[in-house]
Amino acid sequence: MNDRTLNWTPSDDAMVENAIRRGATRRELLHMLLAGGVALTASGAILGRATSAHAATPKSGGHLKAAGWSASTADTLDPAKASLSTDYVRCCALYNRLTFLDKSGVTQMELAESVESSDAKLWTVKLRSGVTFHDGKTLSSQDVVFSLMRHLDPDVGSKVNSIAKQITGVKAVDPLTVEITLANPNADLPTILSMHHFMIVQDGTTDFSKGIGTGAFKLESFEPGVKSVAVKNPNYFKSQGPYIDSFEYFAISDDNARVNALLSGDIHLAASIKPRSMKLVESQPGFVLSQTTSGNYTNLNMRLDMEPGNKADFVTGMKHLINREQIQKSVMRGLAELANDQPVSPASIYYNAELKPKVFDPEKAKFHFEKAGLIGQSIPVVASDAATSSVDMATLVQQAGAEIGMAFDVQRVPSDGYWSNYWLKAPVHFGNINPRPTPDILFSLLYSSDAPWNESQYKSKKFDGMLVEARGLLDQAKRKAIYDEMQVMISEEAGTVIPVFLSNVDALSGNLKGLEANPLGGQMGYAFAEYVWLDA
Amino acid sequence: MSTYVLNLIAVRLLIAALTLLIVSFAVFFATAMLPGDTATILLGQAATPEAVAGLRTAMHLDDPAYLRFLRWLGGFLSGDLGTSYVNNVAVADLIGGRFINTMRLAGITTLFSVPLALTLGITAAMFRGSLYDRAVTILTIGVISIPEFMVATSAVLVFSVYLKWLPALSFANDVTSVWQMLQVYAMPVISLTFVVAAQMIRMTRAAVIDTINTPYVETALLKGASRPRMVLRHALPNAVGPIVNAVALSLSYLVGGVIIVETIFNYPGIAKLMVDGVATRDLPLIQSCAMIFCIGYLSLITLADIIAILANPRLR
Repeated sequence: MNDRTLNWTPSDDAMVENAIRRGATRRELLHMLLAGGVALTASGAILGRATSAHAATPKSGGHLKAAGWSASTADTLDPAKASLSTDYVRCCALYNRLTFLDKSGVTQMELAESVESSDAKLWTVKLRSGVTFHDGKTLSSQDVVFSLMRHLDPDVGSKVNSIAKQITGVKAVDPLTVEITLANPNADLPTILSMHHFMIVQDGTTDFSKGIGTGAFKLESFEPGVKSVAVKNPNYFKSQGPYIDSFEYFAISDDNARVNALLSGDIHLAASIKPRSMKLVESQPGFVLSQTTSGNYTNLNMRLDMEPGNKADFVTGMKHLINREQIQKSVMRGLAELANDQPVSPASIYYNAELKPKVFDPEKAKFHFEKAGLIGQSIPVVASDAATSSVDMATLVQQAGAEIGMAFDVQRVPSDGYWSNYWLKAPVHFGNINPRPTPDILFSLLYSSDAPWNESQYKSKKFDGMLVEARGLLDQAKRKAIYDEMQVMISEEAGTVIPVFLSNVDALSGNLKGLEANPLGGQMGYAFAEYVWLDA
Repeated sequence: MSTYVLNLIAVRLLIAALTLLIVSFAVFFATAMLPGDTATILLGQAATPEAVAGLRTAMHLDDPAYLRFLRWLGGFLSGDLGTSYVNNVAVADLIGGRFINTMRLAGITTLFSVPLALTLGITAAMFRGSLYDRAVTILTIGVISIPEFMVATSAVLVFSVYLKWLPALSFANDVTSVWQMLQVYAMPVISLTFVVAAQMIRMTRAAVIDTINTPYVETALLKGASRPRMVLRHALPNAVGPIVNAVALSLSYLVGGVIIVETIFNYPGIAKLMVDGVATRDLPLIQSCAMIFCIGYLSLITLADIIAILANPRLR
């Protein structure tokens, strides 16, 4: 039998590989394949192929050229200010974090040997010994103190200032031991330290254009908005990698141009390509797609303190009026996973798998809209290109509404200034939330009563209490139980409709090996450079 | 050269300087009116009021707008382009390499497109109404109607993706040999030539035909001058004014308007730099780019005016 079925495309390969990495059982996979209309006899061959992709031995050498999608003169090598994916990729290549998240979402140690606490408030970090910076200096606890404390300085303009605020003190106990004191117990600290902004830089650094870190690559040249070139760090502390000799990274903002550059052999990796371009990549031999679903989503927000969201029936009606399957299939062309109106993604170990997405049921929606007395009124819905695919989603809602006599006035507004002028402000609008590593961060940022981005103005004393309780618990099973319930509460009570989690697809040339999906984002959680190799 | 002509030229230069000042003023305040400033945009979704306030003070953004404008103007007049708000690099350093890239691309395109356009335009006028003239007209109208992103993208698909003759990206900095230069510049130059040459061909043809229709050219024909001599010797000198103006207008596009070609070929030029600047509200950068575009435009137009003045016996 030919091991290739006719309706099986590389994107399906990517989907299966992604599911295997996330630990899907064979039974779940078979179910997935049957749903895709693939005969059982073929599935054996497909599973075999998907798992064998990782069994090759790394080769050393070569010059890797990769392209992201966003670049500007604001490109920076200062981890605290990193805001675009290109910044993350460069920081991951040049610096290291104390901890990192592996492909299954579990926290692993990087520069730290251990991060431990007995009360979740006072944490002791033991550093690896013998780690050196690119300029030859040895990593010491002073560097860690400096790297963490600078996020608290408003002049630095750190992106994670609000998260770092819970750190009240960082103290160097001895050259390899650091003590971190928190304002309140937080069992998630090891995971928080895996965020890209908490990369460890050298004590006293003010000029970040040199990119001096402990990372797998040494910076050779960096032009903001143009490109960066880095070469292998021969003294890298990890026993494995990096495999490539040099690494060139730049951005091609135009999706077509990025794909064309990959197809013509100018680059080895084109990050985050659009569903449209996937067909083109698939039609050419020698290219592979890598899909990651990491918790990025576009959601419909209804402010619970304003008309019409203050009527509970309107919110319930909307949750039934949104057609999640259609968004997944036609708007996202399959590059999405169904979501259930709460922000914890299936890639997280805290994901509540029992909570099912609400079914699309226009009749039920109509019942609720009638109860709220809204049939016949025109409801404005603000959408913008700034929130990925929100205009398409709004149009779907509008069409579904028209069939049951609900009029939605879709207001498409410009991307420029969307986040400061419409987001969080309009009564019914779309938002777009990037993945965060822990439920605690998501909930405190988006759903607690005092959350800075409380998109629907959801306020619940019970929820706030559970959030604080779970934060201090070092017992993971107990926390999961609490988080499960909180996910149900958000899904039922908050005014946010989260229809799907968006997937990211990177396209690679066939000779680039070793790239695996990671819950922190595409391009292997932006850290691919030190793990990949080039096959001749 | 008479004092009259010198006066005329001096006035032109003075007007150009005044235009520059007005443009810098307009660009500055138009940018200041855009929603958000560098601090809120740099912090993006993560902008909390305290963080924004801290960053604003650190960047001196809380000074009144007119003070920042005067500070910038003073620096500009003394040759200091200022420091980028966004990454604290001198604007001159940010612009430097990219300005050379833009000039190089514009220069090569000019060398290629101007002779081509003039030849086609003049010959089309010379053989007006012939099959050749109609072919040129249809082709130029066709080329004007196709947007440049279409030309550029199709060129990449054909020459890079399918034939694999040329690289899809144009990294001007990597050029070490003439052959490489040809490879890197081939597609951007062809795409740009399509856009600028078509306009010049149309204008040249129209200007020459206009002059051919005048009685004195008819007299030249009656006295027995050959067709080429009639056009080149008698008609062309009087058509130079409109032609150089058309050429200058088309070429000024190459200084600041090539954003699409820069994007598609990932060519690090100055147009993309300005778009970045606007996206991050980086005033010193926007101002400097705007000044460069304006100076480029004004010098081309002024040069065209001067050539037109010198070519006109009545003004000479």
